[in-house]
Amino acid sequence: MLEGLLTGLATAFTFTNIMMVVGGCLIGTFIGMLPGLGPMSIIAIMIPVAITIGDPSAALILLAGVYYGAVFGGSTSSILINAPGVASTVATSFDGYPLARKGQAGKALTVAAISSFAGGTIGAILLMVFAPALASVALLFHSSEYFALMVVGLSAIAAFAGTGQVGKALLMTFLGLMMATVGEGVLFNMPRFTMGVMDLQSGFGFITLAMAMFALPEAIFLVLDPARSKTGDGSDGGKIKNLRITKDEARKITPVIGRQSLQGFFIGVLPGAGATIASFLGYAVERNIANKEEQEEFGKGSVKGIAAPESANNAACTGSFVPLLTLGIPGSGTTAILLGALIALNVSPGPRLMVDEPQIFWAVIISMYLGNLVLLILNLPLIPYIAKVLAVPRNYLIPFILFFTLMGAYIGQNNATELLLLVGFGICATLFRFADYPLAPLLIGFILGPLLENNFSRAMQLYDGVGFIWERPMTLGLLILAVVLVVLPGYRARRARLRAEGVADGD
Amino acid sequence: MALDRWLALVILLICLAYGYAAYFTMDALLPPIMQRSPIWPSSFPKVLAIGGILLSLSILLGLEKSPDKKDAADINLSRLHEYKVGQALLLLGLMVAYALLLRPLGFLTSTFLFLTVGSFILGERRYVMMIVVAAIAAGTVWYLVDVVLGIFLSPFPSFLIGG
Repeated sequence: MLEGLLTGLATAFTFTNIMMVVGGCLIGTFIGMLPGLGPMSIIAIMIPVAITIGDPSAALILLAGVYYGAVFGGSTSSILINAPGVASTVATSFDGYPLARKGQAGKALTVAAISSFAGGTIGAILLMVFAPALASVALLFHSSEYFALMVVGLSAIAAFAGTGQVGKALLMTFLGLMMATVGEGVLFNMPRFTMGVMDLQSGFGFITLAMAMFALPEAIFLVLDPARSKTGDGSDGGKIKNLRITKDEARKITPVIGRQSLQGFFIGVLPGAGATIASFLGYAVERNIANKEEQEEFGKGSVKGIAAPESANNAACTGSFVPLLTLGIPGSGTTAILLGALIALNVSPGPRLMVDEPQIFWAVIISMYLGNLVLLILNLPLIPYIAKVLAVPRNYLIPFILFFTLMGAYIGQNNATELLLLVGFGICATLFRFADYPLAPLLIGFILGPLLENNFSRAMQLYDGVGFIWERPMTLGLLILAVVLVVLPGYRARRARLRAEGVADGD
Repeated sequence: MALDRWLALVILLICLAYGYAAYFTMDALLPPIMQRSPIWPSSFPKVLAIGGILLSLSILLGLEKSPDKKDAADINLSRLHEYKVGQALLLLGLMVAYALLLRPLGFLTSTFLFLTVGSFILGERRYVMMIVVAAIAAGTVWYLVDVVLGIFLSPFPSFLIGG
């Protein structure tokens, strides 16, 4: 591990990579503050830029920086204008915005910055400890276990993302898997489902799909409902003073940060449960365990209420890198996009990554420390200036967002058909969002589809059929786990409903 | 019928077409040597088609009860007329126009027009400001992408560069 750490240090501390961290964090912070643009959209927009860099370590460091920056930026807009740039900072606005309304925006931002830094740092330390251990276990896996593991990942994502509607989430996963089969497969070298269209020979573009699923619907919602991008008065015209917190407040938030960093990290490691769930859960847990006096402060500007979701969401961001880097399975929509970027950069994440390309593996982990440091040192004094980005009028902001989604899709493929596909998929994604279909499972299904099919096909060839399911106990165990993950939420929801109906009937 | 069930119906039709292609048309192209393999190009799609059909049917038939919740994405669909639907549709149309005109008009002109018309649709009426912002943005992005990143973007209309 020490050798790997030194390799990572040497790679991460090159001038280019430090610039990548700084640049990524700044870009992420700026764009993350724009209401509606979450880390998924931002990373999708940045992928074409990252790919052109060529060096996978630098590209991944840039994208990781953008990820952290976006989460940090999201909390800034949550606090200043009650418009969370990203879903994982919605919980931050519960107390951050009321505190800003009291004229203490600076304090709220400082608590958020310190908590994010601590959460990210603790998360990175835990990642360093757990990732190699998990990778060495994963090295024992064969293609059948990989197949089963991906099924588990997809089921877990559907179970979490569905929020009570697992069927819809599973259907979206299947739709994503089906879309992944369009074009020439790696294993068979023959076109499938292309309907004779030449542009579909290489399948749907991952960046196009990512933009269409996340950036475009958000932009359309911003157009439909201008109130989503309206600025409040909490920022006092962008003038933010008094960034200090008192000793008493520091004493209050320290245990919260410690608890929520740990909890957030482990939630982040679970497939499907990302930073959003971690932040809400962190907020709820802290509110429940606080004493009665402090409980009443929650929702009115409690520093604990800011520290909890902020440390949890950053730790969860780091935690979601564990399954990505060690198993090649994305734990969240954002890491799914990062997985797509890695594949585009010819890097295969998984247990072999640490063995075959330790410089990438360790450089990313080291750059996470750097990213957190950069966010703290660079962004804290810059907050008043960064906040001015919120003053960009909607009439200019929205065309720019739409233009950057178009550019992202075009630069990746250099093909105007991609732009038409982008608009088409974007309209479908907007309709899906109206109908409450989760979109992340579709994208994750699309990204994991080829890997799932390849491992399934290899296992079938090795065992001359589906015998691998019962001949390999670990595969069987994982597949049973996948079924349980899908069935359990439905069963629990049904029981809860029946119980509620029973109560209503006077049962 | 609620929107989610309409969408489930559309997905069901897609899955049926997908399944038809997987079961009846795909393997006809398979070379004889591959037919001895336990796995065919259609194997995985066949499984997906069945799963997709069953899941879309379960939503279409309302087998899974939706939890009570407010409108998705905070947009009240029953009062859609209160939102800026016209602006949204015009902007989508503008994106399609951009896709179709990017090559014939070149990057600089089409981007300039996209940003200007986009701002206009959203209600901007300060024409000088609009033009200046769009021109600077189009030029800067082209410079960054083409010159700095080295990704070719044809700047001028095709008739000007003989394309």
